Amino acid sequence: MSPEPVDLSKHPPLIEVDKLHLYYGASHALKDISLTMRKNQVTAFIGPSGCGKSTLLRCLNRMNDLIDSVRIEGSIRLDKDEITGRSTDVISLRRRVGMVFQQSNPFPKSIYENIVYGLRIAGINDKATLDETVERSLKGAAIWNEVKDRLHDSALGLSGGQAQRICIARAIATNPEVILMDEPCSALDPLSTLKIEELIDELKEQYTIVIVTHNMQQAARVSDSTAFFYLGELIEMGDTKKIFTNPEKQQTEDYITGRFG
Amino acid sequence: MVLTAGATLAVILFMTLTLMAVILGNSLGYFWVKGLVRFKLNDGSYVMGQLTAAESHALTKAKRLQLKVGNRDLYSQDFRWVDESEISSKDIPKDAYLLERFEHGNFFGFLKELKKADGSTVAADAAALQQAHSEIMKKQKGLKQIKGQMSDLNQSSEALRLKIQKLEYRGAEANSAAINSLNEERAKLTATFDGLNEKLNQQQAELGKVTAVFSDAAGADKELPLLEIVRFYQPNSMSIFAKAGAYLVKINELLFDDPRESNTEGGLFPAIFGTVMMVLLMSVFSLPFGVIAAIYLREYAKEGKLVQLVRIAVNNLAGVPSIVYGVFGLGFFVYGIGGSLDKLFFPERLPTPVFGTGGILWSSLTLALLTVPVVIVATEESLASIPKGIREGSLALGATKFQTLTKVLLPMATPGIMTGLVLSMARAVGEVAPLMMVGVVKLAPTLPFDTQFPFFHMDRKFMHLGFHIFDVGFQSPNVEAAKPMVYVTTLLLLLIVIAASSLAIRFRNQMRRRYTTSHF
Repeated sequence: MSPEPVDLSKHPPLIEVDKLHLYYGASHALKDISLTMRKNQVTAFIGPSGCGKSTLLRCLNRMNDLIDSVRIEGSIRLDKDEITGRSTDVISLRRRVGMVFQQSNPFPKSIYENIVYGLRIAGINDKATLDETVERSLKGAAIWNEVKDRLHDSALGLSGGQAQRICIARAIATNPEVILMDEPCSALDPLSTLKIEELIDELKEQYTIVIVTHNMQQAARVSDSTAFFYLGELIEMGDTKKIFTNPEKQQTEDYITGRFG
Repeated sequence: MVLTAGATLAVILFMTLTLMAVILGNSLGYFWVKGLVRFKLNDGSYVMGQLTAAESHALTKAKRLQLKVGNRDLYSQDFRWVDESEISSKDIPKDAYLLERFEHGNFFGFLKELKKADGSTVAADAAALQQAHSEIMKKQKGLKQIKGQMSDLNQSSEALRLKIQKLEYRGAEANSAAINSLNEERAKLTATFDGLNEKLNQQQAELGKVTAVFSDAAGADKELPLLEIVRFYQPNSMSIFAKAGAYLVKINELLFDDPRESNTEGGLFPAIFGTVMMVLLMSVFSLPFGVIAAIYLREYAKEGKLVQLVRIAVNNLAGVPSIVYGVFGLGFFVYGIGGSLDKLFFPERLPTPVFGTGGILWSSLTLALLTVPVVIVATEESLASIPKGIREGSLALGATKFQTLTKVLLPMATPGIMTGLVLSMARAVGEVAPLMMVGVVKLAPTLPFDTQFPFFHMDRKFMHLGFHIFDVGFQSPNVEAAKPMVYVTTLLLLLIVIAASSLAIRFRNQMRRRYTTSHF
């Protein structure tokens, strides 16, 4: 949350969601969502459990494709490219939109192999490029100093916070435009959480970040704009400072002040 | 509850240990050279043999002893019961011989004289016999070269015969020139073969003239060509080290030699080889099929009625009695596929089948069918147990489904797949019933793998330890003498199962150590 007013011209809209409806079979999980996420900003999705915020996040890199019963109407544009619909190349979309999950999920491989996984599956096997990427990503995820001497040890031996930062490093190794974070700190202790939050602050210089969180203080600390969801509807979206100090809707105020949810 | 569980465990443990003890006790002792005992009976006659059992009559409490008296060609039976009351005296003759022979089982007796090839006799002792015997054996080995040549000639001649047959089938008129030249060639080979055969027979006969005269306990003489003797001992004057040496020699024979005496003596090499090769072939078929089927079911097939039906079918397949697989293998593989192959590729040889009869290929395929459900279930389970996050993590990085599968999921599932493989191998090794229909025989003249092109002879029949147990124990004319062999074979079969399992388990543990997911 920057104290000065943000120069929005430096942050053109990058992701535009337009009249999005999502159905799980018969249940209507997202209702007529329209919102915009700006470049090099952190956008936070907040709301009670089951409000559809994670579902919306997963629409942005088409992870919902894994569920057979999901049906989507409406449109999502990433930098003017339509990403819903059958004709989208999901593989290249996911290279542009990285994701960090709630539970850290390092592969049972070495730290090095975890980081270069995205490159290897894209067919890049040049050792110099890989080495360079590993160093850049680990430094970017602020974990280089902790693991540089054991790059070839298994990533499974790391602590929860370290593993989560490895996952962030893995996500930025492929140089995505957007990083989606699905409650990245909910399984971490306060110290690790603090580290990740500092990291998010640094990452937004280069990447556009969308974060789902249950923790309202976290949303207030790290995000530039905040969207509040309730029962599949977008109740309010706006500048984080404004949402947390002077929300327009009563529901938002109730939720933020802890009167429900 | 705890007591019941404990008691059940104790019972199971007890049964397993008893089984192991019975098998070990009965098999390991078999190769130890037992001493010979000579009894003088009340009627003045002598019996000599190895004590094998003793029992008391239920009512009279009279004790009787079972002796293995050997000399089957003289007495027509190997064993004899002697009542203790009949025995007037007992001694342990130091100079008694135990001969292992290529035919008619063991001979127990005393050496009288050695006869040379020219008929002259030599007074004999153990050293002289040893020397003469090893000389004969060396010469016998020399004949191997001729035998090898003969077998090569035989093979070439057989190949020619098949060629001629093929040409004749395609049209005897049109190919008459080729057929004639081949026939000439074959006649030449046959002539060489006959010449060699004559030479071999001559030399064999010459070797057979060197004999030793033994007398049995009763004093009857028996002249034995040294050629017929495998090896001999004087068990009553052997030191413990000599006996240990003899033990090792016998173990070596067991593992690396061919069987003799309708499988009740000699080695088990062809059966061991057949069993191992069949199981390996089976794994080669069932592992990829099972893994691919499981991958399809778990990762690609859309969950629905059909997939559920397939899954139920797979699970039930594992419960079908194995003999049913045997019948299926015979009908489908042997007569169906094998018969069609013969019609397509070897029509000239019909009605003699090539693939249309039991063989190691069909046996492995039948057993693969029997064990593939185990692999499918194990693979599916281990794929299912991989956390969802790993899958999503890989996909979110832009990996395709196939890349996710090969680079992350399959390596992680390997320990589970190996468990399935171990179980399926353990089951396959023990199956005998289906094999009896699709290719196992009690005595196979050739191994399914040898130095003759194309090295793997998938159409050949083979020997199998499990079938060997059945055959030796229940089909052999001399069941009593074969009993130890049954235990030895059982032990070997168990050892093979244990060896295969421990190898796979070790491999699995290594993989597991590498792929355990951390929890925090």
